[in-house]
Amino acid sequence: MTDKLKITVYSAHREGKKGVLHNLKMMLSDAKSSNGLAKQIAKRDISAMYRQSILGILWAFIIPLVNALIWLYLQGSGMIKISDTGMAYPIYVFSGTMLWQIFVESLQSPIQQVAASKSILAKLNFPRESIILAGIYKNLFNASIKVLILLPIVFYFGAAPTWTIIFFPLGNLSSAVVGNAIELLLTPIGTLFTDVGRIIPFLAQFLMFFAPVVFAIPESGLGKVIFEFNIMTPILITTRDFLVGGNLDWLFYFFMVNIGSVLVFIFGWAIYRITMPVLIERMN
Amino acid sequence: MEGEVLIKVEGLSKTFCKDLKTSLKYGVSDIWTELIGRKKERTDLRAKEFWAVKDISFEVRRGECLGLIGHNGAGKSTLLKMLNGLINPDQGRIEMRGRIGALIELGAGFSPILTGRENIYNNAAVLGFSKKEVDAKMDEIIEFSEIGEFLDTPVQNYSSGMKVRLGFAIAAQMEPDILIIDEVLAVGDLGFVLKCFKQIDQLLPNTAVIFVSHSMPMISRMCNEIILLDKGKVKFQGVDVAKGIDMYYARFSNNESNVVYTDGSMALDRIVLNDDDSLNQVLDWKSDMKLKLYFHNLKLSKMPVVTVSIYDKEQRPVAIFKLISNICDLNSNKFSVELTHRNLQLSKGLYSINVSSAKSASGEPYLRINNAMSFQMGGEEVWPPFLLDAEVNYLVVK
Repeated sequence: MTDKLKITVYSAHREGKKGVLHNLKMMLSDAKSSNGLAKQIAKRDISAMYRQSILGILWAFIIPLVNALIWLYLQGSGMIKISDTGMAYPIYVFSGTMLWQIFVESLQSPIQQVAASKSILAKLNFPRESIILAGIYKNLFNASIKVLILLPIVFYFGAAPTWTIIFFPLGNLSSAVVGNAIELLLTPIGTLFTDVGRIIPFLAQFLMFFAPVVFAIPESGLGKVIFEFNIMTPILITTRDFLVGGNLDWLFYFFMVNIGSVLVFIFGWAIYRITMPVLIERMN
Repeated sequence: MEGEVLIKVEGLSKTFCKDLKTSLKYGVSDIWTELIGRKKERTDLRAKEFWAVKDISFEVRRGECLGLIGHNGAGKSTLLKMLNGLINPDQGRIEMRGRIGALIELGAGFSPILTGRENIYNNAAVLGFSKKEVDAKMDEIIEFSEIGEFLDTPVQNYSSGMKVRLGFAIAAQMEPDILIIDEVLAVGDLGFVLKCFKQIDQLLPNTAVIFVSHSMPMISRMCNEIILLDKGKVKFQGVDVAKGIDMYYARFSNNESNVVYTDGSMALDRIVLNDDDSLNQVLDWKSDMKLKLYFHNLKLSKMPVVTVSIYDKEQRPVAIFKLISNICDLNSNKFSVELTHRNLQLSKGLYSINVSSAKSASGEPYLRINNAMSFQMGGEEVWPPFLLDAEVNYLVVK
């Protein structure tokens, strides 16, 4: 019976040579075992979030909806002139702001999740993956509500449904993945210093004007270069193409960004795991 | 398979930083060291750091209970956090075998808006139960927690005691090989605390337990070995639990007597125990106790009633001298009271004598002095305050 007991070792120095493969295996098994807990946490947070509110789940799309309406007004009243977007502007702006909102939410998710779980992280030992995973579940939940509200709007404004629309949720998922990947990498430092968490929404707002969210990509000049370098550009354009049956010019870049994001995410996840005790030492 | 070593701790140390900004700065460099892989142990302190826990080693076997005591900030919680795998040690090594359960901060992660029932699922999930397991144990949890009709009420409306009940009821469903208990039962009412101990007692024979508490009666009841921590270092470690507890109390003991109340009508001059007025005399078990109290009369015209009581080191009253009033006239500025008790059967330990006086048994008070004198009892070590001499006959009844 003795040899069946699981041995746990906490040591001041890393013992033995544990390769990358071993770590990856550990990560996968922990991710699997924390999946149930992650769902439970996500369920808890979602139900707690909406229970004390009258508008409830409506909040998930009120903000992007209002944002989109503002841009529609600005464009419609002629206050700003927007170059040809290749589709009805309402579809462009609604899908753009929704997708951007998904990206921004996921971009803030890991640091917020860690900050909100501080007290429990500092007191109980449970798979640390679960709160990040719970954050992703929450992002996906919010994203699916947005998709549900977006689809009727798009069809109302005259887009004809095409078969590529089945990939549209994939585009939304990409948005969430890119956001989470970037932020997870910043989580250790962002947990120590709150500056990171403050600057990210600000940067995201700024970045929005250099992505095809409400504007089309400029024809030439520096703006064009920045737009093309923005990793959210292929995500936005390709997802929109999925939605309205566009010609998918950016598909290759879209896949590259996704693969890159997944790799960054795994790398950030490994760092998150290793550094968690250092961070917990400094929370309470 | 009883008696195998389940917890083995060798030379464990941990530094902490006193200053937040510096601590965050060190955090950045610590993140880096963790990432490249720490090869060597830390040996020196960086600026503004101190050893929160220094060089602690112990072993706990299945069926044993190790008590961790020490004043606030002695390093107990830091040690527990390392044992629980929340933070990494800076020196040394912990090896644990089997499932680890921790009763630290019961009900951590309760969401105030959700109901008790919903929180059972959440909390149990954090503790590592699957939804199926919770469903199977739901009735047991509800019954143990005694929350009853409030189960579907938001937890924010629960009292702190109710939250602890619910938290313990969930945690009690664990069947760990190693159990770490941090001062968690302080909030519950007596009935619930007893129930919890019954549950812990059931676990104890198959579990290696580490128990942190400020309640020495609980420590003496549960532990077969204790470690007394002081400023992160081991001050006492051993199986002589009573000795460790004595050392813990010695930290708080002061020999200063303290006048709690006086109306200025009388004062205590001197107190003499067995013709000796030195402090901390050691009395043998079953010896006689003769107390002489010399008072200064400032305003009284009648003899007051003097009450003498004995307190143990935990400031619990253990005995009081039978009250006899003798209301005669008092026309001197001095008077004394003599008390004798024969065959004193207090058990080994440190005791203090409190003196109070009043006009009559329930009349207006004149004077009250805590710790007017302290003394020690020698003899056999037992936990209860009295070791009663007895004639004992064992008979086989047919």
